[in-house]
Amino acid sequence: MAGIWVHGEIAGDGSLTKLSTEVATLARAVAEQLGGTEVTGVVIGSDPAAPAGELAGFVPKVLAVTEPTTADHAAGMIVAQRLAALIEAHDPDIVMTGAGPEGRDVAGALSALTGWGVLANATAVRGEDGSPVATHSVFGGKLITESGFAGGKGIVTVRPNSVTPEPAGSAGTVEEATATGELQQPVVPVVDRLEAETKAAQIDDARIIVAGGRGVGGPDGFGLIQELADALGGAVGATRAAVDSGWIPYSQQIGQTGKIVKPQLYLAMGVSGAIQHKVGMQTASTIIAVNRDPDAPIAEFADMIVIGDLVEVGNALLAELRARSG
Amino acid sequence: MRIVVLTKPVPDPASGGERLLPDGRLDRANSPAVVNGNDEYVLEKALKLIEAAGDGEVILLTMAPDSAPETMRKALAMGATRGVLVTDPQIAGSDTVATTRVLAAALKTLEFDLVFAGVDTSDGTAGVVAPGVAALNGLPYLSYAASIDPDEGARTVRVKRITADGYDVLEAPMPALISGTQALGEPRYPSLKGIMAARSKEITTVSLADLDIDPGSVGLDGATTKVVDSRRPEARGATTVVREAPDEAARQIVALLAERRLI
Repeated sequence: MAGIWVHGEIAGDGSLTKLSTEVATLARAVAEQLGGTEVTGVVIGSDPAAPAGELAGFVPKVLAVTEPTTADHAAGMIVAQRLAALIEAHDPDIVMTGAGPEGRDVAGALSALTGWGVLANATAVRGEDGSPVATHSVFGGKLITESGFAGGKGIVTVRPNSVTPEPAGSAGTVEEATATGELQQPVVPVVDRLEAETKAAQIDDARIIVAGGRGVGGPDGFGLIQELADALGGAVGATRAAVDSGWIPYSQQIGQTGKIVKPQLYLAMGVSGAIQHKVGMQTASTIIAVNRDPDAPIAEFADMIVIGDLVEVGNALLAELRARSG
Repeated sequence: MRIVVLTKPVPDPASGGERLLPDGRLDRANSPAVVNGNDEYVLEKALKLIEAAGDGEVILLTMAPDSAPETMRKALAMGATRGVLVTDPQIAGSDTVATTRVLAAALKTLEFDLVFAGVDTSDGTAGVVAPGVAALNGLPYLSYAASIDPDEGARTVRVKRITADGYDVLEAPMPALISGTQALGEPRYPSLKGIMAARSKEITTVSLADLDIDPGSVGLDGATTKVVDSRRPEARGATTVVREAPDEAARQIVALLAERRLI
């Protein structure tokens, strides 16, 4: 097999995303299982040197492609076109990217441009009989499927927090590569960038999430949720009910029409665990719930449920955590 | 203004009956279909825009088995003008590549100013079909919309795209394809009047032959990916139920966190 490519995604501050380091770590493991296939990172952007350097800490070789257009245009479609051109020139078999918004945009457009299939939202990937096999959680986690490519080549998108990023034993090299020629797809200008109203820690790849649901009772109740998150070094998440009530922004919503997360710890405060929320968090390693209702659905899949008032238990927990760290 | 909304019937996430047939396709008989959740948000936005404009059409475009009209009626009851259903015995088992190709071809037969799609569907959650359709048809692509503001006079559309740090405000000429999120706003419930009206709304059926698509390139025969195994997830361990007073309960939580090296 002619190689696995890792698409290195560039964050808003110009650095490599953590998700890309996870994808790179996974790609190395798959390559080893396939008998030493070459792994190459590809970073495409207006200033690719720094993120390419970071990615080289994880894979033996990185192609850094300068594409000025992405500085002030929506990047996904542009990156996909450059990747498609590079694929034609270099002939890799597999492209792996993150299953976040940019990775999905890139994967979708790249798939259409190349005709390659997509193994979407892989939670694990292994190399078997010469090609990758991806594990997915589908239908909101009710089913685990494993799938592969029918024709050998394809694109894999990887869910955040599927692996712990581990740098390679020795740093790789960065090579400048060019992908020029006119962009065939329309470019979409970014006319303004707006900061989020509230600077909440991102839940996408958080190791610890403290989530509040309807039981939190109001925006003030989220103060306690935030304090618990701060004490645990985590991020604040929420159910759709809390978001719909305007207590917390949509960016923090976990579930079917929000984000799907896989933290080490999910502390659910006043969260009933309805199916639409469960699909977004059930793969968390440890789930602890605090709820008044012993019959809440979350009691069926939490590791521990504390039956009680979330303000009382939350404050007691806060005191306990602070005593411990103090 | 004309807005096409890509809508997909998906197994009801609340049904719990989803399972695969031996060939890897969804066993549709075992789970009732509903309109995909994210599609309802963009449909609601399309309806609001047409209402604000005073005239226009919201056209549903669906690729699905021939049982889909039942699900499409619910979206028509919300207020969509008419539906176009691409259905063919050969499309069963189509992967995202084939779905993208079929929807892109069907879209070429329609006149529109904007195309809306949900950012993903609750069944496969790949989120790759909308960008693929945009790429195949050369449409400006604006994704993860929290707001959509068309300017009919200027023939442009502005979208607030959700990013990790906030929003990117994107602007493109129409026609354009936009994928949207729940942040667009709560979908309406169909009114009784809407439900009655939906019964007589037109759903046009289109076949692969109508779109000049080789049946061998779609469905299970044309699939670029294959499911090799499917199983129920391993059950989580037993749940520890703590009924002690808050102070003692908090100590037990901390003990578990310490045991699992989370603090």
